[in-house]
Amino acid sequence: MEKMLLNIGPSHPAMHGTIQIKVELDGERIIKADVEIGYLHRGFEKTAEHRTYMQVIPYTDRLNYVSPLLNNLAYAMAVEKLLGIEVPPRAQWLRMIFGEISRITDHLTCIAPIGMELGAFTVFLYAIKAREYLWDVLDATTGARLTTSYIRIGGVRADVPENFEDLMKKALAETRKSVRDIHGLLSRNPIFLKRTRGIGVVSQEDALSYGFTGPVLRSTGYYYDVRKAFPYLYYDEIDFEVPLGERGDNYDRYMVRMKEIEQSMRIIEQAMEKMEKGPVRNEDEVVEAYEAIKAAQEGKYREGKLKLNPNLEGMEKEVYHLIMARVPRYILPPKEDLYRTMEGMIRHFKLIMSGHGLRPPAGEVYVPVEGGNGELGFYIVSDGTDRPYRVHLRAPVFSIMSALAEMIEGHYIADVVPTFASLNMIGGELDR
Amino acid sequence: MVLEEVEREFSLGKKDAADGIPTYYCPGENLFPLMEKLKKDFEVLLDITAVDYLGKKEKRFEVVYHLLSLSGKMRVRVKVEVGEGEKIATLSSLWKNANWLEREVYDMFGIEFEGHPDLRRILLYPEFEGHPLRKDYPLKKSQPRIKLLRPERK
Amino acid sequence: MGKMKGENFVTTTVESLIGWARKYSIFQYPFVTACCGMEYMAAAASHFDIDRFGAGLTRFTPRQADVLFVVGTISHKLAPVLRRVYEQMTEPKWVVAFGTCTVTGGLYDNYATVQGIDAIIPVDIYIPGCPPRPETVLDALIKLQEKIRKEKQKWSLRK
Repeated sequence: MEKMLLNIGPSHPAMHGTIQIKVELDGERIIKADVEIGYLHRGFEKTAEHRTYMQVIPYTDRLNYVSPLLNNLAYAMAVEKLLGIEVPPRAQWLRMIFGEISRITDHLTCIAPIGMELGAFTVFLYAIKAREYLWDVLDATTGARLTTSYIRIGGVRADVPENFEDLMKKALAETRKSVRDIHGLLSRNPIFLKRTRGIGVVSQEDALSYGFTGPVLRSTGYYYDVRKAFPYLYYDEIDFEVPLGERGDNYDRYMVRMKEIEQSMRIIEQAMEKMEKGPVRNEDEVVEAYEAIKAAQEGKYREGKLKLNPNLEGMEKEVYHLIMARVPRYILPPKEDLYRTMEGMIRHFKLIMSGHGLRPPAGEVYVPVEGGNGELGFYIVSDGTDRPYRVHLRAPVFSIMSALAEMIEGHYIADVVPTFASLNMIGGELDR
Repeated sequence: MVLEEVEREFSLGKKDAADGIPTYYCPGENLFPLMEKLKKDFEVLLDITAVDYLGKKEKRFEVVYHLLSLSGKMRVRVKVEVGEGEKIATLSSLWKNANWLEREVYDMFGIEFEGHPDLRRILLYPEFEGHPLRKDYPLKKSQPRIKLLRPERK
Repeated sequence: MGKMKGENFVTTTVESLIGWARKYSIFQYPFVTACCGMEYMAAAASHFDIDRFGAGLTRFTPRQADVLFVVGTISHKLAPVLRRVYEQMTEPKWVVAFGTCTVTGGLYDNYATVQGIDAIIPVDIYIPGCPPRPETVLDALIKLQEKIRKEKQKWSLRK
């Protein structure tokens, strides 16, 4: 029996990232597989030890880059647990809404290549079209499409704009339409069923032994969701279901993700109703910056609402206390206070200059959150200075990928493609 | 309660953490029997990681294990102090993902695990010398694999 | 006068014809690693189409490709692979550095990341942004097309 060694190399046509799978083949059957990762190792954990707590937030965006707000949320919740501060209610509702938007984009970005790599190119175009409308909502609120850094320590960065409800309704309608079209194309298609049913099967004992969590564990039939088991934010006041699979093969993983998109949309609609309406922004007399400065030079205080830079839209003083916690030692002051009062300037100075800064008490903390792929948590060790001593990310994809070598042994080489695609490997989270 | 039995049997030291997860210190020899006993209730090994306390403690490293119990909805954290050059038992016969998690700790810190089937680097390449997450490895010291066309940093 | 050897009226017309044909039929090889890949997918899909520039067909093998899009951070572990892919491409070839991590190393100034891929392969177009908006990508594609159109061919065998 002559064996052939094939290298599915680090640069390969699948849209997921760089990974190298070295397989030994007998004809077309795989005898042994060896998975090599680490081609996107960017040194996140070492870099985070040299930055302050607020400066780590943009790095967390780029970890799981298809659902960036969920990583921000996990980090912010961990630091808030360490500091012991409470987040105001409106900020918690906003965090829930944007977290679920991120989860929908994660599942859409996983389903698009599943279709495309098996030959159904239209599925890719439908899913990316729905994702564009969701990114429009993110763009209008946070300013960026992908790497938003929206969820900060103590709350969120800005309040939603006035046309938020219309944008959200349009995005949800388009997502529903796309999901319905993708169901029509794939879910009962005999070619898709033949290529994904019964391939890449994982049993429940194996799944628990490998440390699976998230949609991959739920597709084997085991019910574990961090939002229901250890509720955080306001998930215990919202009514939603957790879909389960039966067999643990590729088809079940695809169906669990499609059903979770529906449930996330239900959560967003309920949260938008339960959240109180924001304060009405009235068009008062607005004071320009040069007028305020001229009055201050003459020793007077010019009354009225200060006009801020358009980049700071959503952070004005009347909404600031609704979206950020009011703890002067750890949270920045609103911009009007910074520009006009002495206490605001001193507070801002002490939090930004190095050497001072946000100094939590010494200790360690681990807070888990339901990410797009499973249980995502940050383990932070602090020693009392303004830089963290150790930051570690519990990556759900790392434990899932350790099972890939066993999952593809014994199958044909063409089965590697749908199996690998359904596990949703994200390079930034796997290699950190 | 299994946690109280285990505390008495193995005489573990307990510590309080900011997030409410029970944290125990365990000496290196008792690690494998302790984990065997905990595996009946705590089905999932979530994470293995390490922290480097260079100069702050007498034993340099601390290896941290996080376990999760799905039926009892509980978590527990076990810490083991390891000095430089010492080895620690492997858990790859109990949980299957311990294989890759321990390879990552070896790659980043240089802590060796006894009995591990395949201990080699996982996130970095074999020609890399040193272990980056140790506190005495400088942040910007890079070891290029091929000849570069221009100097990397000015 | 500054004319290249062997250049005359016929060859400049043929050159502009070749330049026109080449710029509207770009076969790309997307070397996608990280977050910029999401914006690359968005630029390739139906909202911000790059197919209308003639660049929509991705050839997933370097032997058949003209333009190498390096999208996302390149680490030192991946550098030899990138060099090998570039050497496997046939002339004429162009390289586009997409995203700040490929231009200068980006946010990641540490032991693991190559600080700019022009330390490994020669680059023609640099696209900044983290990640760049699709409109920036289309602007860069138009500049690349201009560069391809103006490229001069060698008509004489004498140096």
